[in-house]
Amino acid sequence: MNRLLDFVASLGRGTLGACMATGRVALFGLIGLSHILRPPFYGRAFLRAMVEIGYFSLPVVALTAVFTGMVLALQSSIGLSRFSAESAIASLVVLSITRELGPVLAGLMVAGRVGAAMAAEIGTMRVTDQIDALTTLSTNPMKYLVAPRLLAGVLALPLLVVVADILGVLGGFIIAVAKLGFNPVTYLADTMSILQTGDVVSGLVKAAVFGFIITLMGCYHGYHSRGGAQGVGSATTAAVVTASVLILALDYVLTEMFFTK
Amino acid sequence: MSDTVPKIRLRGVTKRFGDKLVLDGIDLDVAARTSMVVIGGSGSGKSVLIKCILGLIEPDSGSIEIDGKDVLRQPSRVREAVRARIGMLFQNGALFDSISVAENVAFGLLALKKATPAEARARADEVLAQVGLAASVGDLSPAELSGGMQKRVALARAIAAAPDILFFDEPTTGLDPIMGAVIDGLIVEQVRRMGSTAIAITHDMASAQRIGDRAAMIHKGRIVWEGPAGSLMESGNAMVDQFTHGRRDGPIQMELRK
Repeated sequence: MNRLLDFVASLGRGTLGACMATGRVALFGLIGLSHILRPPFYGRAFLRAMVEIGYFSLPVVALTAVFTGMVLALQSSIGLSRFSAESAIASLVVLSITRELGPVLAGLMVAGRVGAAMAAEIGTMRVTDQIDALTTLSTNPMKYLVAPRLLAGVLALPLLVVVADILGVLGGFIIAVAKLGFNPVTYLADTMSILQTGDVVSGLVKAAVFGFIITLMGCYHGYHSRGGAQGVGSATTAAVVTASVLILALDYVLTEMFFTK
Repeated sequence: MSDTVPKIRLRGVTKRFGDKLVLDGIDLDVAARTSMVVIGGSGSGKSVLIKCILGLIEPDSGSIEIDGKDVLRQPSRVREAVRARIGMLFQNGALFDSISVAENVAFGLLALKKATPAEARARADEVLAQVGLAASVGDLSPAELSGGMQKRVALARAIAAAPDILFFDEPTTGLDPIMGAVIDGLIVEQVRRMGSTAIAITHDMASAQRIGDRAAMIHKGRIVWEGPAGSLMESGNAMVDQFTHGRRDGPIQMELRK
């Protein structure tokens, strides 16, 4: 009986802890968002975050997209040939890339690269008193450190996904034309005929949400890191893991919202 | 403001973290244009005390008056204005490593909109010169500086906006004795020049006597002694004597797990 009660108690503690953590993250995000709208605005910090999140992530996102498009064309040709439906390769590649793989893979790549770096930078600032120093120098750390990063995440990720969409389709095109013997004009015509504005827009909306999640997790875990190098390391891991899991979970939720009638 | 009203007055300041009582009813007065040194062992509550006055930590109870006004009961805008009049030198400098030395020094001026970027840079060069650094140092990154130079830059940043209250958290920690004396000399010089009121917390007895006009000892969250900084080494208080002479035996028992 006692063991059962212990189990129920620990379950309750865990649930309460999870609820409290969710509340703290939500509050942190709302405060960060409110600072985006209220002056003073730190344009330089925003541009720096845009370059860090957007420009420096271009190579890794581009390579991921190209190879994903190539693999997608190759795999789908193997599967679709069983039904003599190879002509659907172009449709499958472009819809998979724009609706799902572009935003999700770009999100996961940026979570690993930028989310980790952000948590480490802000975490180091926390444990070396730099965040307290900002406050003593009449600067709100949420406004200076968090708000520009959140805004940059929301804007940079859709831009990266536009690039990922184009390069993903290009990857599929290269394999279809060079290896599978498709006519390039026909392949592109098939691609354009199936693609609708909503496919691209839904992917970009997903990307904006993922950009917010990545930067929120990076900032939140860095901001609340404690205990020196080990604390910063834990914050970095937590930022990447929570952002990655949330990207996959929210991808499902957003897909339900966009495509289920 | 009349000199009879202490610049900083603390009454019954209490702070608890979970079960641990860190500040247990601190009473402390610091007169205008004087330097108060607070000594005490690790974990005695010195840093928490300074952070409470700065507004970085909210005390559970008590009052913190600056120029006769209880800042804890003021709206946030007033508290921010009070904080803008306080300069702080952090223990490890806490320089922002993503920007240059000059930008670090000018940071507060620009945040307070007290200067244009060009004026702020000129002021940064001026303050760097006051702490014995060439203007060319302003173009370097903080990571390129030695520990002593970083402390000087941190001091320059703390005094750049000419605050009327200055806090120093372990200003000589991690420095060799000569560099420690240099930093202390700069602190005394700048505090006198600006007519500021200062609170320094330190473990370093030589530094405490160089910087302070008065001294107080904090132990287990309480002020256990207060007197002239010059009498620290022969205070007549058993706790202060044990601490200042570094004796193992005495009324202060280290909490070591056996």
